[in-house]
Amino acid sequence: MNTTFKNSKRQLALIFLLMFGALLIVGFFQSWNLMLAILNLCLISAIMSLGVNLQWGYAGLFNAGIMGFAALGGLAAMLVAKAPVIGAWQAGGFSILLGIFIWLISGFIAFFLWKRLKGRGKRQFWYVLLIVGLGYIISRFVLDPAILRIEAFEPSSSGYLGGAGLPILLSWAIGGLLAASVAFVIGKITLGLRSDYLAIATLGISEIVIFIFKNEDWLTRGVKNVTGIPRPVPYEIDLQSAIWFQNSSELLGVGVIQASGLFVKLCYTSLFLVVLLFLLWLCERALNSPWGRMMRAIRDNEIAASAMGKNVTSRHLQIFVIGSAIVGIAGAMLVTLDGQFNPTIYHPLRFTFLIWVMVIVGGSGNNLGAILGGFVVWFFWIEAEIIGNGLVYILTFPLSESSSLKAHFISTAPQLRLLIMGLVLLLFLRFAPRGLIPEKTSNKL
Amino acid sequence: MTFFAGKDMYAGYGASMILNGCSISVDKGKIAVIVGPNGAGKSTAMKALFGMLPLKKGSVTIQGKDIVNLRPEQRVMLGMAYVPQTNNVFPSMTVLENLEMGAFVRFDDLSRTIAEIFELFPILKTKQEQAAGELSGGQRQQVAVARALMTQPKILMLDEPTAGVSPIVMDELFDRIIDIAKTGVAVIMVEQNAKQALQIADSGFVLVQGENKFTDTGAALLENSSVRQAFLGG
Amino acid sequence: MIDIVNAITLLANYIIVPSLAYGSQLALGALGITMVYAVLRFSNFAHGEIMSFGTMISIFMIWLIQSLGISIQPLPTALLALPFSIIATIILLLGLDKVVFRYYQNQRVQPVTFMIVSVGVMFFLAGLIRFFIGTSKKNFDDGERFIIKASEFKQITGLAEGLSIRTTQAITVIVTLLLVTYIFWFLNKTKTGKSMRAFSDNEDLALLSGIKPNQVIVITWVLVGILASVAGTLYGLDKGYKPFVYLQLVLPIFAAAIVGGVGNPLGAVLGGYIIAFSEAFITFAYKRFLTYLVPEEWAPQGLVQMLSTEYKFAVSFVLLVIVLLIKPTGLFRGRTL
Repeated sequence: MNTTFKNSKRQLALIFLLMFGALLIVGFFQSWNLMLAILNLCLISAIMSLGVNLQWGYAGLFNAGIMGFAALGGLAAMLVAKAPVIGAWQAGGFSILLGIFIWLISGFIAFFLWKRLKGRGKRQFWYVLLIVGLGYIISRFVLDPAILRIEAFEPSSSGYLGGAGLPILLSWAIGGLLAASVAFVIGKITLGLRSDYLAIATLGISEIVIFIFKNEDWLTRGVKNVTGIPRPVPYEIDLQSAIWFQNSSELLGVGVIQASGLFVKLCYTSLFLVVLLFLLWLCERALNSPWGRMMRAIRDNEIAASAMGKNVTSRHLQIFVIGSAIVGIAGAMLVTLDGQFNPTIYHPLRFTFLIWVMVIVGGSGNNLGAILGGFVVWFFWIEAEIIGNGLVYILTFPLSESSSLKAHFISTAPQLRLLIMGLVLLLFLRFAPRGLIPEKTSNKL
Repeated sequence: MTFFAGKDMYAGYGASMILNGCSISVDKGKIAVIVGPNGAGKSTAMKALFGMLPLKKGSVTIQGKDIVNLRPEQRVMLGMAYVPQTNNVFPSMTVLENLEMGAFVRFDDLSRTIAEIFELFPILKTKQEQAAGELSGGQRQQVAVARALMTQPKILMLDEPTAGVSPIVMDELFDRIIDIAKTGVAVIMVEQNAKQALQIADSGFVLVQGENKFTDTGAALLENSSVRQAFLGG
Repeated sequence: MIDIVNAITLLANYIIVPSLAYGSQLALGALGITMVYAVLRFSNFAHGEIMSFGTMISIFMIWLIQSLGISIQPLPTALLALPFSIIATIILLLGLDKVVFRYYQNQRVQPVTFMIVSVGVMFFLAGLIRFFIGTSKKNFDDGERFIIKASEFKQITGLAEGLSIRTTQAITVIVTLLLVTYIFWFLNKTKTGKSMRAFSDNEDLALLSGIKPNQVIVITWVLVGILASVAGTLYGLDKGYKPFVYLQLVLPIFAAAIVGGVGNPLGAVLGGYIIAFSEAFITFAYKRFLTYLVPEEWAPQGLVQMLSTEYKFAVSFVLLVIVLLIKPTGLFRGRTL
């Protein structure tokens, strides 16, 4: 038993070393700036993958709505850090609040009606629908004119309500909370469903969330993007003009402009690393607690666990909320890093399923595996472009330089990375279904 | 020589053995009944006879010809038919379609066989366009048996055909089974209702822990005091 | 009186005709998904990309046929290309079955694992398709644009409202009608079709009855190939082909299948129309419609729209969630697993 355990540890160290080596190669041969940019996104991917691993690896829940939760986290970052737009608030802020209040009221009434009318069959459903519908219609009367006024306020620069003007680091927690509360509602609705319905339902709901962000300009500026979100780290420009920074970069023999870029990225790296390590520590503790053992028991045999009196659905809800919160945190971090909120980047194929590849490649059920998966898959996702280009170069070699077909394939070569990722996922599922670092199963040691 | 026989069968799931040298046999036109306590391996014996569970040791023969290496669908072609205990109909399909599916391996005209079956189970004729899943338990069992008869089998195997049906329906089903045997079919069935089943049995096999504890004619087993005490409730 | 006719024409022009076409496309897609679910027992996320693949082949064939100077005006060349697209899609699916899906079928893995496999296939196909045809929008409708134009309709009938029917819409509905009729005839009247239903109903008993699983699975993929390539091509013909859209299309298609009751072919078809019509009814602005029907002084000020058009897509998910909550087996009783 000891040998297998040692082997997996050695394997773990080896793969992490390889990963590190690959990053160093990028640093030496491409650029250190690129290397740090990749590393930062690797860290964020690793956190998301950690959250998904909680849901899938610990509880067997297929959440296909990852991008929805990441977008919620991103929204939180934007809303926390951006300064409020006073004019827009004056134009329609009160009506917006009133509208939301009406929603809440109708929601509460509907909720209590739902409880009260339980067992009355169809009546229950129609009454609740009526209340929700009424609330919606009334709120529209309040909201519509207010939204028009807000969106008309300096539309080229704002046209939305802005945020709270608080430090952005706060938003990482708030993003987690926001994602968690939405996950609670979604989980309540969908967790009773069988596993593949859950996937479809979560994918659908996350699409709705992203749709709202794209279209409710008063809240998010829609597809016009919110840029210039304040940073938790210094700006390059400030660094370049600071005497101490000029001196120290000279000491290291690096150009000031390059050094400032590296320094900023390194600041992000250390912030992200702290969050990642903290979450990893929490997840590891949770995994090895009685709670974590129970989770895995439920995952491995739901029927037996529920027969032993474990409330499966409420456990699932817990882990769904926690996992989604972690994804929300990562989403907030992503917007912090980018400095802008753009709802169109939350694309399910590119990202939701990419995170799934991370978890499966890394080894579902194993936190370190999930993190490693985040690193490896993101790294290859970025570098697959080079692989794709190389492949196309080889494949189209026989074609003449001026051939339009060759030009076409070179222009579509970036798409090959989707193909490569699909292939990687399929190969892992088939030949290494337990991933790079398999779950530690105590009963098999 | 018996028409159909499994001899000294050893079989099980994984490392645990369930059948430890059990032997079952039946002749044309006869009814053989397998009884025994829970976990004695009755259903396992049926599965082994039908080839759904590979034998570790022993033989299964039809007219002396060894069929132990044949897959279940190949045994269907040789004239065997099997009615599982549960999930033994196609619930969303009509009674008539169930019968047609029973005859999937046949490519000749089915109308005569269907007419014969409707004669045997008149209730099915009136319900032929109804989905099998909507029928009562007893009627569903009739559909299940009828489906198996569609291949015009020489050997009919029934796994607890009367499970979950009322006593009246049970008697009715047993009458049908006697009718089927009279047409020359060899019938093997597993039964919980041991007493009633042994009454219609030509031969009975009492299994305990995967071994034949008693093997005799049905009537003789009913007379046997130790069988009565241990398995038939006095 | 004339006002009522005008109001109905308005609805027909903006809701009924487009929804019939869109609903047909969804119905064909949902029928494919539901068949995979019924026989192979997993939710096939790759279905949108399979449709996309079929459409891509159609487009390549159309380019080839056009370059040969063959045309069937006023009908679009796509109808000539369709058989080739069907064959190519079937070959693709049988290949995928052999190389990818069959292994998991034999392992009898959990449906959710199977679904993740289909996500891998989706990725792979998406990359392949975009690599070959690029990501830009392609219009390949080269037939007569309209059966009847709104202006002509106004001229003939003298109504204030026009009704336009595009050729692609009519073709979509007719082809769907023929194909769906064929599929239902096949499933209910042929021995092979019945054996598919039997396999879907009770796999073990199907095996006992001598039904060959291999045959059932192959035929299922063949039918799915026909359905997917036709659905994809019709959608592209009607709305233009953009590879990216087909990934999103898989969601309303799933919604249609689930609303109708997953695994139930009739439900899938009806579900397609339910989704299409609800999307249109909920996002339609009823202002002009009401203006025809109520006295002038009651005429509404606003657009009288339940949801703005941008949310058209979201309607299907909301419907999906509601159905899952109220009746998870779907409106027409699907498999309950």
